[in-house]
Formats: sequence, C-alpha cells, structure tokens
Amino acid sequence: MTTTPTPPVSAPTNPLFRLGLWWDGVIDRYNALPRLYKVVLVLAFALFVYALPLVRPPLIATDRIDFGGVMFACAAYALIALGLNIVIGYAGLLDLGYIGFYAVGAYTTGVLTSYHWAWPFFLALPVAVAVTMLTGVILGAPTLRVRGDYLAIVTLGFGEIIRICVKNIEWLGASAGIKDINHPNTIGPAPKPPFDPGGLFAIPRLEWNGITPSLDHEHATHFLVFGARDAIPYYWLLLTALIVVLLGDRLVKASRVGRAWEATREDEDAAELMGVPTFKYKLMAFALGAAIGGLSGAFYASSQSGYISPDSFPLATSFLFVAAVIVGGSGNRWGAMVGGVLVAYLPERFRDFADYRLLVFGLALTVLAITRPEGLLPPRRTRRAKMMEAEIEQLEEGPVDA
Amino acid sequence: MLLEVDGLCVNYGHIEAIRDISFGVEEGTVTSLIGANGAGKSTTLKTISGLRKVRAGTITFDGKDITHARPFERVLMGISQSPEGRGCFPGMTVLENLDMGAFVRKDRKSAAYRSDLDRVFDLFPRLKERERQAAGSMSGGEQQMLAIGRALMAKPRLLLLDEPSMGLAPKLIQQIFTIVTEINQQGTTVLLVEQNAAQALKRSDNAHILETGEIVRSGTGHELAGDDSVKAAYLGGDL
Repeated sequence: MTTTPTPPVSAPTNPLFRLGLWWDGVIDRYNALPRLYKVVLVLAFALFVYALPLVRPPLIATDRIDFGGVMFACAAYALIALGLNIVIGYAGLLDLGYIGFYAVGAYTTGVLTSYHWAWPFFLALPVAVAVTMLTGVILGAPTLRVRGDYLAIVTLGFGEIIRICVKNIEWLGASAGIKDINHPNTIGPAPKPPFDPGGLFAIPRLEWNGITPSLDHEHATHFLVFGARDAIPYYWLLLTALIVVLLGDRLVKASRVGRAWEATREDEDAAELMGVPTFKYKLMAFALGAAIGGLSGAFYASSQSGYISPDSFPLATSFLFVAAVIVGGSGNRWGAMVGGVLVAYLPERFRDFADYRLLVFGLALTVLAITRPEGLLPPRRTRRAKMMEAEIEQLEEGPVDA
Repeated sequence: MLLEVDGLCVNYGHIEAIRDISFGVEEGTVTSLIGANGAGKSTTLKTISGLRKVRAGTITFDGKDITHARPFERVLMGISQSPEGRGCFPGMTVLENLDMGAFVRKDRKSAAYRSDLDRVFDLFPRLKERERQAAGSMSGGEQQMLAIGRALMAKPRLLLLDEPSMGLAPKLIQQIFTIVTEINQQGTTVLLVEQNAAQALKRSDNAHILETGEIVRSGTGHELAGDDSVKAAYLGGDL
C-alpha cells in the first residue's frame, strides 16, 4: 500500500482573510502587553480618534463635504451598529426594522426639547433612551415568539409601521417633521453672533498642503459650542457616548447574560435544556439594542441640522444598518463598529463619483459578501470554525490512507 | 417514585404524537423507553423537559406537579437532558459547553463546581484532552460525551438521555453505555431513550416499549430482553 503525503493544511489566502489573521495577531499582541501599556495604548488611540476631524489626514479627509459632519455620521452609525450587534450578533435575532428605534429616540428628543416642551437635551436624553427601551419591550414581547425568518419579516413590518404612524400623527409633526430642534447646551460662554463665536477656547485644525501640515486658525473649533456652524463638538459628544456604550457592551457580553445569548443563538432548544429562559434573554437583547438605537437617534435629532421628518427614517437605511453589522463581522463589537463607519464613510468619500457612488458602494458590498461572508472582523470563534471547515475539506479531498 | 408520568397526551398540531402513556421512574434506577422511529420516545423526553406542551395528563417530579412548569424551573429542580442529536453548542469550546451546563448553578467559582468538572473529566478523559477545542469540530462520539457531561454539570437528580448511541461505532456504543451505568451507580437516576434495544435492555432496571405513541409492553430489562416477541421485533430475533 502506498500513501502519498497529505498536503499541508492551508487556510484560504484571500487578502481579506489575511486581514482577519492580522487582526487576530494584533489582538494577541495587545493582550500580551502589561496592563500599563494597554491603558496607554487605548488612551492614545482614543485621543487620535477624538482629534481625527481636526487632524484631517490627507486621503482620509473628505474634501467635498464637511469632514466633521462625516465623522459625526460615522460615529452615529458605529453606535447604531454596536446596538444592532447585540440583537443580531449576540442574540442571533435578525431585526430588519431597527430604524424604528432610531426614529423613536429621535422623535422623543424632538418632542421633549422643542416641539411640545423645552427640556434641556441632557434631561431628554435618558428619557428618550427609556422610551425606546420600552418600545423595544412592547414590540419584542409578542414578536420574539416567532423564530428565524419570520422574525425578520415581523420586524421589517414594524420598522415601517413606526414611520407611517409618525407620518400621520399631527402631534409628532406629521410629514412636515420637526425642525429647529434644540441643540445640547453650549459649555462656556454662549456665542454672540455675528462676531463672538463663544466657547471656552478655540482649537485650530490642520490644513494639509500635500504632506506638509499647517495650522488653520480660520476654521477653528470652539470648545464646546453646539451650534449650526461646526459638527465637531457633536462628534466629540457622540464619541463619548459611544465609548460609554462600548464599555457597557464589554461588561454585558462577558457576563452570564452574554453566555445565555450565545447559547440561545447557537441552539435555542439546547439552551432551554440548560435552564436558560431564552425568551427573557431575547427580550433583554432586543430592549438593550433598542435603547442604544434610541440613544443614537436622540443625538441625531439634536445634531447640527436639528431637523427630523418621517423621511429621515426610510426602511432602506434600516437595511444599511444590518449591512453594517454583517459586513463588519456580526458578533464582534469592533467588527460591527468598523462596518458602521464604512457604511457611513464610503458613500461620502466617493462623492467624486457623484451619481455612481451608490453603485460603487453596492458593488463593494457585493464583493465583500462573496469573498468574506463572515464579515471583515468576525468574532474569533467564527474564524476558528471557518479554519476547521477548511481543514476538514482538505482532508476529505486528500488521499485516504488505510 | 422520582418521576411519574400519568395519562400523558402530546400533540403536534392535529397529529397525536403520544397517546395516554403512564410510567414511573424509581429513584436510583435506569429506566429505558424502547421503540422504533416515530414511536414518540423523544417527544416523551422533550415533554418531561418542558420543551413540548402537554395536551392532557400530568407529570410529577419528586412529589411536585411539574406538568406546566417552565423548562428552566425543571432544570433547577434537577431534571437535565442530553438532547437528541447531542445539541452541543458548536461554536463554544468543550469547557464553555460544560460551563453552559452549569448555567443554573450559582456556585460557578466554588470548589464544588471544580470537583464536578473533574468528575466529568474522570468519566470522559477525552473531553479533558479537548477542553479548548470547538465542540462543532469534534467527532460524533466526542460530542455525545460532551452532551452527557454537560447535562451532568447541572448536578441532576434525573438524567434524561435521548439516543446516546445514535450514529456511533459499536465499540463506542459499548463505552457510552458503560459510562451511563457508572453515572447511575454514582447515584444519578437515568431515563434512557434508545433504538439500540439490546444494549439498553441489558443495562436497564425497568423498560417500556413504545409503539405509535403508546406503551405496549413494560417490565424489567431482563424480562423484556428474554421475551420472544420483543426479541423478534427489536432484537433481530437473537440476543
């Protein structure tokens, strides 16, 4: 009997897969660092992200549209993706109507701070989150009894129901929407137009001429003025909220609740047999996800433009949210955030393509779906399973000995 | 009686999966339900675990009526199941799977938990070797061991096993059944559902034969294994 040597097991080698491996390596190296280094690294990274709209790195900065505004949108989508990742990635519930919660958060803020009352933003914010969470529970309690594809259909329905309801309720501004929504309170002296921009101090931004930077005092950001002139303070505020949510997400995922979600996602019946009340945990995921969506919606409502209408919340955007989570890597919080940022950033970056930008964007998503269906940065266990699959396939195709 | 099933009826829509079955499981014994495909064995186990709704009849565990209790309440009371087709969580490692088995326990950091884990590894040394491997990448036999080990992590008084021999090599079947006997001797009551009647009857104190949702024969394992009609129908004519 002769046996030919089995070829060495090789993992798929497309560049996106290598990106995943590289990311794994980054995480491993990070985990091996002493605690102090970790803290320093994380702080440095956070500082860089905060400073990004002022640094305006060439190639990354968008020149046809205000970069601060783009960064705000990126942070908003990252926050949404983080919330939706709890629902889709952790608990495995395909929610296609997530935009409904975004709308509820935005409208609660609009109504409380401007349309009917004049609450300060930071008082309205927790109420908006609570209202959205409650909406999540009310919508989740009947719908989470259905599983899989049916849940997707039902959630699709209520995403649209919320939009249509808002469009027909005069009390919520109907189809005209709500405009001039109050911004968060400025910290420091209030701006006195036309000459005093207000704020505690001004931070100049960088201007790039090729690769040589210079300070641009003309377009300084005034700390911390929430007005119509500058999106960067909104970005900072939202980024802070994002970091808080990120820390909370870490805690929850590592807890008993996180394990219950994982078991429920992998095998609902088996999870029940382990003593996991799956319905309760699914509802919890739904409510938490909704609350984060509402939080993001609240920031959106009171952002630079201060205007929301039913048309701000189309179902197509809801699909974009799902795309963000799936493209980024459902189940991995960093992956989901990367997905959210890409989905917000790419169409703006490619404004040069004008009418074709959405086509290019769609093509990019398609290519990604084909070459890396598990997302850019999937959770480690997905990657582990993928490797194993490739290995088994290799063995099956290889020569059989004995 | 640790478990008493009385007049149980379960439907899937209009189809009657189980019709009026009654049996008991004595504490400390191994009891088997034997039958062909579709006889209602797995449905019976699922109903005892609370995954299926009861149409009529009662289930009593340790003197308490659990007919309408929620699944997790039954786990808390001490009923643990290794489901049909193993039902391991494929993306989790062996250790994480075992940890899920102990989900209802509050003492996951204690020495008692540690010693229960060691007990599972004593029963299944193979699992110890693979503790960091993803369950989905293991062989059928290993997954079966994991499913049983996971059920034991909840410290059950009654262990429900749904076809532990399904799809396994004969040698492995022997091994699994030996371990089931060992688990029973360590004090856990076992209710076993099997198509492999020869092995199951050999190891059971009591057994019931199910046909199309009804119990048609009951007796001790020894009696049934020696019965001619049972031999003809389930044991290939010869034991």
